[in-house]
This record gives sequence, C-alpha cells and structure tokens, in this order.
Amino acid sequence: MSMSDKLTAPKAKPDDEEIFVRRVRPELWQNPTPRGIYDFAIVGAGPAGLVAAESAARLGFRVALIERNRIGGNSLNLGSIPSKSIIATARTFAAKRKAEETGAPLPIEPTLNFGEVMARMRRVRTRVSEHHSVEKLGGLGIDIFFGAARFEGTDTLLIADTKLRFKKALIATGARPRSPNIPGLDDIGYLTSATIFGISALPRRLAVIGGGPLGCEMAQAFCRLGSHVTIVQNDPKFLPREERDAAEILSRSMARDGVVIRLNTTVVGARAAEGAKVLETVDNNVKSDVEVDEVLLSIGRVPNVEELNLEAAGISLDGDQGVKVDDFLCTTNPNVYAAGDVCMELKFTNAAEASGRIATQNALSRGQKCQSQLTIPWCTYCDPEIAHIGTHVWEARQQSIPIKSFTVMMHDVDRAITDGQNLGFVKIHVEEGTDKILGATIVASRASELVNEMSVIMSTGIGMNDLANIVHTYPAESGGIVLAALACVRNHMRPLSK
Amino acid sequence: MGDLTELSDDALVNRLQRGAFSYFLDYANPENGLVADTSRSGSPCSIAVVGFALSCYTIAVENGWLERAAAANLVLKTLQFFTQSPQDGGPDSTGYKGFYYHFLDMRTGARVWQCELSLIDTALLLAGILTAASYFNGDGDESEIRALADALYRRVDWRWAQNGTETVSQGWKPECGFLHYGWEGYNEATILYVLGLGSPTFPLTQKGYVSWGSTYQWENLSDTDVLYSGPLFTHLFSHAWIDFRGIRDAFMREKHSDYFKNTKAAIALHREYGERNPHDFKDYNRNFWGITAGDGPSDGALQLDGRDRRFFGYMSRGVPYGPDDGTIAPWAMLATLPFGADAALTGTRHLLTTYPQVCPNDRFASGFNPTLTAQPDGWLSEGWYGLDQGLLAMMIENYRTGLIWETFRKCSYVKVGLKRAGFEGEWL
Repeated sequence: MSMSDKLTAPKAKPDDEEIFVRRVRPELWQNPTPRGIYDFAIVGAGPAGLVAAESAARLGFRVALIERNRIGGNSLNLGSIPSKSIIATARTFAAKRKAEETGAPLPIEPTLNFGEVMARMRRVRTRVSEHHSVEKLGGLGIDIFFGAARFEGTDTLLIADTKLRFKKALIATGARPRSPNIPGLDDIGYLTSATIFGISALPRRLAVIGGGPLGCEMAQAFCRLGSHVTIVQNDPKFLPREERDAAEILSRSMARDGVVIRLNTTVVGARAAEGAKVLETVDNNVKSDVEVDEVLLSIGRVPNVEELNLEAAGISLDGDQGVKVDDFLCTTNPNVYAAGDVCMELKFTNAAEASGRIATQNALSRGQKCQSQLTIPWCTYCDPEIAHIGTHVWEARQQSIPIKSFTVMMHDVDRAITDGQNLGFVKIHVEEGTDKILGATIVASRASELVNEMSVIMSTGIGMNDLANIVHTYPAESGGIVLAALACVRNHMRPLSK
Repeated sequence: MGDLTELSDDALVNRLQRGAFSYFLDYANPENGLVADTSRSGSPCSIAVVGFALSCYTIAVENGWLERAAAANLVLKTLQFFTQSPQDGGPDSTGYKGFYYHFLDMRTGARVWQCELSLIDTALLLAGILTAASYFNGDGDESEIRALADALYRRVDWRWAQNGTETVSQGWKPECGFLHYGWEGYNEATILYVLGLGSPTFPLTQKGYVSWGSTYQWENLSDTDVLYSGPLFTHLFSHAWIDFRGIRDAFMREKHSDYFKNTKAAIALHREYGERNPHDFKDYNRNFWGITAGDGPSDGALQLDGRDRRFFGYMSRGVPYGPDDGTIAPWAMLATLPFGADAALTGTRHLLTTYPQVCPNDRFASGFNPTLTAQPDGWLSEGWYGLDQGLLAMMIENYRTGLIWETFRKCSYVKVGLKRAGFEGEWL
C-alpha cells in the first residue's frame, strides 16, 4: 500500500469492532468457576451495575458481575453514546444555516457519507468502551459471568448450570424498548433504539412513533442528515415530562428543520405497500396514511424482569414500574437491592449510576442513603437541548408550595446573541419570598452543561442571593443563570406588593 | 373621511370604535343573528363572534348607532335561533348539551368543517347572551330576551363537559367524543370557568378551577412579575366582560396582585419585547407591538437579508417564548386602552402614521407583517375578523364608560361563578 493510498483509505479501522467486542463481550470468553459465596452479586453490567461492581471491588468485596449481552448496557451499546455521536454529525450538517446567518456561507453544499457517520459512531463507542472494559473490570478483581441469570433461591443465582451464591445482590438488568400494540407493525418490521444504530443506509423516509426524548432526538437528527421524517405523537405535545414552553420551542425547532409533526395522532395500524411501509393514523377521527421506508418505534421502555425468576428469591414487582424497592433501593428480599432502569421512574444513565452507588453503599456498608434525596438533572439532546432539575412548577403548586420562576430568555444573554444561539431560556424556580432554589428548566444549545451548574448549586444549598455573587466568565451562556439570580435579588429589594 | 391621525384622541377612538362595531351590521345575517367569522366570502359563523356581537349591540344603543328596539329585535332573533336550533349532537346539528359547535352555516346554522363542540366559544357566546339579558331590562321583546337567555344558560351541562375529570376538555366531536387536550397554563379560559361555576343547574365542580390554577406559571420576566400567558388576547378576552379591578381569587391573593394588574404587566412585557426585538423583525419597538392569535402570511420559509425566516398562517403567537414571525395584530394595541391609555394610543397613532393601510374603512385588519418584504408594503391580512372587531369595540367602551363591565356584573350568575371560583373583593 502506497502512502497516498493510506491517506485516502477509509477512516474506519477494520479492527475497531474487534477491539469493541474484546472489551464488551470477548468471543472466546470462559466464565470463571465461582469463588465461594460472593459478597455482592450484580445482575446486569449497564451503568448501574458497573458503578456498583467497581465501587464494591475497590472496597475489597468479592464481586460477581453477570451480563447476558454486552458490558455497558443500553447506554453504551444502544442509547446515549451512539445517539449523541449521530446527533453531533447532524449538528454539523445544520450548521450550514448558521454559516449563512453569520456571514460565512459554505462554498459548497455539504454531502453525507452515511457509512462514515455510522463508522464514526462505532469508533466513538469503541473508544468509550475502554472505560469499563472486561480487562479493566477483571483488573479490579471482579468475576465476570456472561449469560442469563435467574434466581434459584433467596441467596442463589443460576447462570446456565452454574450456581452462584451471594450475601447481597443487586438487580440492574435495565429496560428494553416497549413492544407496540399496533396491528400489522410486527409484520412490516420496525426499528427501535436497539436496532437503529445498526442500519447501514440512511432511510429516505422515516416515521418516528413516539415523541419522548429518544423519538425527538432521532427525528431531528435523521431529518438533518437528509431523511424525510414524520414524527407521530399520541399526546398534544412532545416530551410530556417537560413544561409546555420548552416542548413548544422544541416543536417549532423540529418543524423549522423540516420534520413533519403529527401531534395528537394515534397509529392504529400498519401495512406493506409496493416496497414501502404504511402507517395508518387517526387524528380526531381524521384518518390518514404515512408512507415511509423505515419506522422507528420509541414509545417508552419496560423493565427487564421476566427471566429473573424473582418469586424464587421473594422479590416483588411494582406494577409496570419494575422491581419493587423501598427508599433505600432494597427489594422485598432484604439481601437484594435494585438500581437503574429496572426499578427507577427516571430511566436515564445518570439516574442509574446514582442509584447504583446508593444501593451499593446501603447493601454493603449499612448505608442509609435514600433515592428520594437524589436530585437528578436530565436532558433531551435535541437542538436546542431541553434540561430540567428538581421540582416542576406544577408539582410545587399541587403541593401548595408558593413558587416563582425567574426567567431569562437566551435571546437576552450576550453570549447567546454573539453566537446566534438565542433560542431557549433559563428558568430558575424559587420558593416565593425566599431565595431557595427548588428547580430549574433550561432550554439552550448546551442546556446539558448549564443544568449541571444548577445541580452543583442545588446540592450545596446555595440560594439565589449567593449565586448572584458568584463570578462567572463573560460572556457565557451560563450568564443566563446569573441574570436570573440577579433578577431575584432585585425583586426582593422591592416591596412585595406594589 | 379625513386622516385618522389628525383626529383628537377622543374622536379617533370614537371613530375606530364605530368602525369596529359596524362589522356586525355588515356581516350578520339579520334573519337569525348569526355573524360571519371573517369578512371573507363564504365565511361561516363563529359562535364566539356572535357573543361579541350581542355584547356590542348594547354599545350601539348607548352611542346612538342603533335604535334600542332594533337592537333588541336583533338580539331576540339571535336568541330564538339558538333556542330552536337542533341540540341533538348529530354531525350536522347546531349543538349538544347546551353547547354549540364552533362554526355554523350562516344560513342554516348547521355545523361546518367537522368542527368541534367548543367550550370556550360557547362561553363567549353565553357571555354575550347574558350581557344582552342584563342590559335589555324592559318589556316586550326585552322581556323575552331575558327569558330565553336564562333558559339557554341553564340548559348548558357543564358537568358533562368535565367528562368525569376535574378540568374541562377543550371540546367534543360526535365522531370521536371529547378532545383529549385540556387547558394547561393561564389563558383566556377564566370566563369559561366563571360561567361554568355560576350555573344553577349543572355547575362545574369548584375543584376544577383549582386544578387549572395548579398549571399556572408565576414568572419574573424582564423584572416584571406576571402570571404568564404568551398571546396578548389571552390577557384580554375575559376582561372584555369582567371588571377584575378590586377582586381576586386565591392565586392572586397569594401573589398580592389581581388579573387587571396582571394584564398591565403582560402589556409591559409585550412593549419591552417589542423594544428588545430579539429576532430582529422590521419596525418592532416600544410603540409597535401586539403579538397574539391572528391571521398570518401563511406557512413557509424564506431567505430574507441573509436570514432564514419562517412564517406562519393563522396562529396563536406569543411573547416572549414565541412563536413570533414578525406579524402583529394591528387592533391589539388599542384594545388595551383600559389598562393604559398612553401606551395604547401612542402605539396606535404610530402604527396609523407609519402604515395607514392596516385600518381600511376604519377597521383594523387581523394581521400585519412589515418584515415580509416580498410585498412592497409588507404583508396585510385580507378583510376583517369578527373577534378582533368585537373585542376592540368592547374594550374601547369599557375604557370610555365601563358599560359592559357594569352590565355584566349585574348578572347574578356571574357573581355566583366568581365567588365559587374563590374571588373576593370590592364589587362582590
């Protein structure tokens, strides 16, 4: 191979996938022979299970980690990492518009190499997989067992024919995409978060069913990459967990990108027609068809509990919520805890890791940490991003807590103005008459970063008065946070009634 | 007719009020009292516009634009139509359970466009009916007006509209039942709740109003405390009938404010937004504002001055979260007269001086967009919308004489409704 061939060779290394597999599920893996009774047996090596295994091993406990598929769970393999990688490419594509608005139009139209987009996504995943590779986990003294686990008794797990006894256990089996209840959809086939990152060609026309975080993220990203995307949402607004202003800004942003938005619309059937997939929809009794090449189903997630034989261990379920846990994340078996998507309402990587940490401390160190004390920020990674932490206004009002939101529009934040990123807002929700921060909602190009400042602020108990005095860089998008705090200080300087 | 801008404030306001009112004479069907939604050819009736018309007939009598007997006769015909029209809830009937379909055929009164049985538009119709009943206190036709109005109000089954829940849905259709979206956040629905709560027959449960209030957002925006709602009309509709000065519900007691002050705060925000003009639209400033629901240039995207601009058709526009495409409602500034005459008049005069075309025949168009320079003078909505004319005529009257406020507060159902919603204060 000549030097010039090397320069023009595809950037995707053929051995990338090999490295990835070696890190997350080595092909010729032999499960170890169990070393007596384990201090801590963890079922599931996703974010919750990994945090638990690593922290327990570092404290010197004998740890068994059981994974039926690949190390890393949804987050690494099918969720956060692959989706954010593709969103990064989509943002680059959308920058064309920004380039024109800032006086630097691109000389040529950008073109898409979808194969390269997906190859990059796999490289990113391989890179991230190094953090918790089989090799690293083994280096911590963790015994890794690949295979499906089921309880055989209150202190015993079975992996194939191998019995594994434990003093304490953690269920961290996560969740999987909810199956559809749409006649005909199984027959025509559909993608979910578990399969969309494996496609090799950009769908010319894509329908997204479900307007939750992943549905919105993928609808916007694939639209920006060039698919003709229609998103169908049962509810009258996207992101039902978010406040109306945030959801509406996202809705308009997606429409601006060219996503066809069908809110308040139910998919009642699906059929194949001349090489296409047709979704039959109803909106207020008006029926219409959506013809596409691929369908992405994103209607929520269900906990993975069916194969665990939980009854054998005396572990109860909590309806659709998954494994029933108390505030200490202990199941109905006092020696078994649960963490992450299998038991948490917030099915996010950071919530899984935080709960994994708590469950481990409570299980092994007689900790008394409560999940209700966790303040978990979350973010939907659309453009603009939508992030929230703490109490929602409606939750406070339902609890008769007087609440006031100090709102700063991003279009009034100097850095957002200079960068042309002026869509969105910072709202800090404060207990009225005080400077106590109850929560925050942030819509901004990098709301995922801004909300972390609020997470630090809230966890340290700093109020708006002190926040207003913390010196920030200028100009910065976080200036919106400071402006909100300053508004609160000014507000308190005036008499309450005018 | 002369240049509007050369008139004194009083003369200008009078002339624009009469121009607005005359919409109802020009676009009502005198046989049944139905009024066209817009002046455009083939427009159906909007029941909300009828509610505004019924209120405005009283203004016309007071101003000498209509003989009292003629006005009463027009009101009576309207009420007779709504009494006699089919209420079976069929797809082509007029209404159901005392509510009415949003849009009706101008001649037959039959439902058009497969529209919804609309709760808010029925409430606006009823507000007009009760205003007329309160005003026409004489004998003969006027006595019959009161009897019919009472019967129409009493037969509305508000409890049915709650559909077993605490809050009300936005509507119902014979084809699919209740629409599954309700009211989230503060908006124009206060009058809907007040009239629903005041019913002696099938009142809304009191918890519904409290539940709706739990979705309110009390915000500090641009150093102004406000119960937030984006479009300007949401801060005006209920106020066209109800004088909120000196009365407050639990929410406003907690906030040391009232809904009248709140509308003033919202207006201040709209003006501040106009001055900041964050999205760089043409001509926005402190005296060029009025972002609300109304007609727009149509859906589409355009490159203008190197910017990617997106425009909308008929839409509810709002401040500060948007949507905003550079379109203002030319009538909106003047409709805020009772909340601050200086801002309303200064803005209106500035608009009429700069763009006299927004007020053809002394009547404001629904929407105007100077940013859209594809047309030399910007984009202007064709014809007129009945809601705009009715709201403007009523707000001017409230500013000048307080007639509608005085008339409406005499209605006992209104007082009961306000009290059940938790309002207390001077005139209750």
